[in-house]
Amino acid sequence: MTCSEFLALLDDLIDDSVSTDTRTELEKHLKGCEHCEVTFNTTRKTIEIYRSHEIYELPAGLRERLHSAIMARCKKGC
Amino acid sequence: MEFPQPKAMATIQPIAGENEQHPDVALVERVRNGDVSAYDTLVRKYERQVFRIAQHITQNREDAEDVMQDAFLKAYEKLDQFQGNSKFYTWLVRIAVNESLMRLRKRRTGKMVSIDEDVETDEGNVPRDLADWAPDPEQNYTQAELAEILRKTIQGLPQGFRIVFVLRDVEGLSTEETAETLGLSVPAVKSRLLRARLQLRERLSRYFRRKKGGEK
Ligand SMILES: [Zn+2]
Repeated sequence: MTCSEFLALLDDLIDDSVSTDTRTELEKHLKGCEHCEVTFNTTRKTIEIYRSHEIYELPAGLRERLHSAIMARCKKGC
Repeated sequence: MEFPQPKAMATIQPIAGENEQHPDVALVERVRNGDVSAYDTLVRKYERQVFRIAQHITQNREDAEDVMQDAFLKAYEKLDQFQGNSKFYTWLVRIAVNESLMRLRKRRTGKMVSIDEDVETDEGNVPRDLADWAPDPEQNYTQAELAEILRKTIQGLPQGFRIVFVLRDVEGLSTEETAETLGLSVPAVKSRLLRARLQLRERLSRYFRRKKGGEK
């Protein structure tokens, strides 16, 4: 397996949607290729960081404003 | 496999286990029967997601606040169009995405805003920065610094990549759901997702790479 073949399957490997055979091949490539190993690990880390950090906090008071807007809308007929 | 497409809005695939009712569906039922408090429950459950999506698309806090309000009001008004066999969450996300894009068009009058414009860029398709990262790279920054880095980095992505990454990787939609929500093909979503991931990785590498010679 070449590095570009590996890269083409990177997403499927990260998302765990590869067959057992393909996985074995991909893992074999990873063991012998430092570049792809770094790419794989750091890409996975990238996703994990974005998933676990709130970068846009819900502004204070927004929920209350929304609630009032819904109640006002509701008075016109739910 | 082809699913019959009932109405304009709800072409989202049925959730697994046909007879198993998702808790959201029960809440929607209650709202339809006049129980507004059930809608509050749904709002509370998804307000963060809707706000985040709106922020990522509009890149503007005021717009995101308006979008969140409009999206929940619109969802409330259109609730009778919601098909019980699709997920309420993906249905809501679709409304939020549409509202965000509308807001963006309004702001940039005359300028077309499209998520399906083909973004031609070679950047990040081939990983260039191959330095390994520090073991827990985010710990070298305070929460505020890290949030700033993550915001700056994702804001630099082309719009069409950013939305795909946010829906798929941050908000947890499946590839198919993301494709449906954005009106893209599954292969298009996949190709954008890979490029988005690699570009983000490349850009974050600047901050997270293991430093040489013992510096921190
Ligand atoms: Zn390789």
